[in-house]
Amino acid sequence: MSASDEIFILGINMTKFGKHPDKDVVDLAADAVQAALADGGVTMADMGILAAGNLMGGGGFGQSLQKQVGQTGIPVYNVANACATGATALRTVIMAIKAGECDMGLAVGVEKLSGAGLLSGGNRKADSDTWTPTGRFGAVAPVDGRLGTETMPGVFAQIGMEYGHRYGGVDFELFARISEKNHSHSTLNPLAAYTKAMSLEQIMGDLMIAYPNTRPMCSANCDGGAAAVLVSGSKLKTLSLEQQRRAVKVSASVLTTDPYEEACQVLPDVNTLTRNAARQAYEAAGVGPEDLDLVELHDCFATAELVHYDNLMLCEEGGAADFFNSGATWRTGSTPVNVSGGLQSKGHPISATGIANVWEVCHHLRGEAGDRQIEGAKVGLAHVIGLGSACGIHVLEKSAA
Amino acid sequence: MPTVSQIPFVEYLVLDDGPAHLVANECASCGARFFDRRNACARCFATEFDRVSIPTEGELRTFTIVAFAAPGVEVPFVAGVIDCGGTSVRSNIINTDPTPDNIHTGMSVRLATYSIGVDADGVEAIGFGFEPAG
Repeated sequence: MSASDEIFILGINMTKFGKHPDKDVVDLAADAVQAALADGGVTMADMGILAAGNLMGGGGFGQSLQKQVGQTGIPVYNVANACATGATALRTVIMAIKAGECDMGLAVGVEKLSGAGLLSGGNRKADSDTWTPTGRFGAVAPVDGRLGTETMPGVFAQIGMEYGHRYGGVDFELFARISEKNHSHSTLNPLAAYTKAMSLEQIMGDLMIAYPNTRPMCSANCDGGAAAVLVSGSKLKTLSLEQQRRAVKVSASVLTTDPYEEACQVLPDVNTLTRNAARQAYEAAGVGPEDLDLVELHDCFATAELVHYDNLMLCEEGGAADFFNSGATWRTGSTPVNVSGGLQSKGHPISATGIANVWEVCHHLRGEAGDRQIEGAKVGLAHVIGLGSACGIHVLEKSAA
Repeated sequence: MPTVSQIPFVEYLVLDDGPAHLVANECASCGARFFDRRNACARCFATEFDRVSIPTEGELRTFTIVAFAAPGVEVPFVAGVIDCGGTSVRSNIINTDPTPDNIHTGMSVRLATYSIGVDADGVEAIGFGFEPAG
């Protein structure tokens, strides 16, 4: 097998996100995998590699999955990159195909998070009897709550508020309106965990978690899985016309981490690495942000979505507030963002998200999105970011076949 | 005047060398500043650092008001990032009401210390935050 230049998504699926009390993580992964394989008209026998992500579980998730859906002895990469785990699984399979090590592979991500509550540093340990400096800061007691916050809503609230400090035009209401948009979009998505529209007043009046993020402005903890079958262009040409017609081209698959910037070790910088990934992705795909028909970006919190309009260069630098206020990112606008409902209402089973947002884009590119179809969608972008940090961006294009 | 029965909450808070202030590890090659124990400079990979004092006054670059936190963490509190003369510092905003009407980005703040508590050996831990500098 020689190295391949073109990569396609042959089959892809996401489970309904929500509460699945009777399914364990392998059940959810198997549901997504079996559906993705069927969607692509292939079986486990055709897979040359498996990349699997499940952050909350123990090790060996890929192997546990194989023992339920098909053990063929292929290489398994158990991957983890926080909320960018799903994109990392896709990237891993794509790299193997590009390297010529196989012509078809499977990426899967799954999480059970219903009822998980705050994703923070866990319980803060009690202070000990005597003050003893420990750790890299020589702290005599746990720092969470004493030196800033470890909670995700708090960290991302600061990220959004910092944008306002730099550029102005940003307040609690603006962030709440972003949430209003995504909850409105979710009413058309039967796979979303929450499909209820919420008014601005309901969102702003809901339980405050970390100002300005109220509960509906936070990504929804839920169970879910997603899986994708990737195939090389040369292999795809040997498959049926129907398989070729529904295959979606992966025009760019990029992963970055955060380069050093002043303050990046004080407050996570989710901006530079996203901008870098976007630049690489647009260049690899030969498209610009103006060519995108839809974008599924990482709205882990309403405050995060705003900064990513700028980071993904959907608007001019500093112009994210004006861009949102113009209506551009509603499904009726010039750059529909998160027509799935986003993480705030579709949900965020962490390892699944990076594949689930690719599924959403594919759904529209194939013309199969029914009531929520973005008409004539030809090019889409999926973006995830995991704190630590890692950013995954995929640009997808409707197949020419 | 700090006595031997005081200990700073973190090693980079200095209590026994003039007024309370923070210090950072500054890369001797490129000037990047860090508050933790280093293996190398994350910017230029060099391994020599100088200890430098950070200005005690600054501007609040961003904040949040945390209402829900891990068990054991008292809420609400204001978490933020303060620009102290070009060096960003992670801290809480203290000695003022933790409400959105009262806190805004761009406000001037200054370092303040407070007692965290006395341990079984009679040693008092001293923490720091930033308070409005009005």
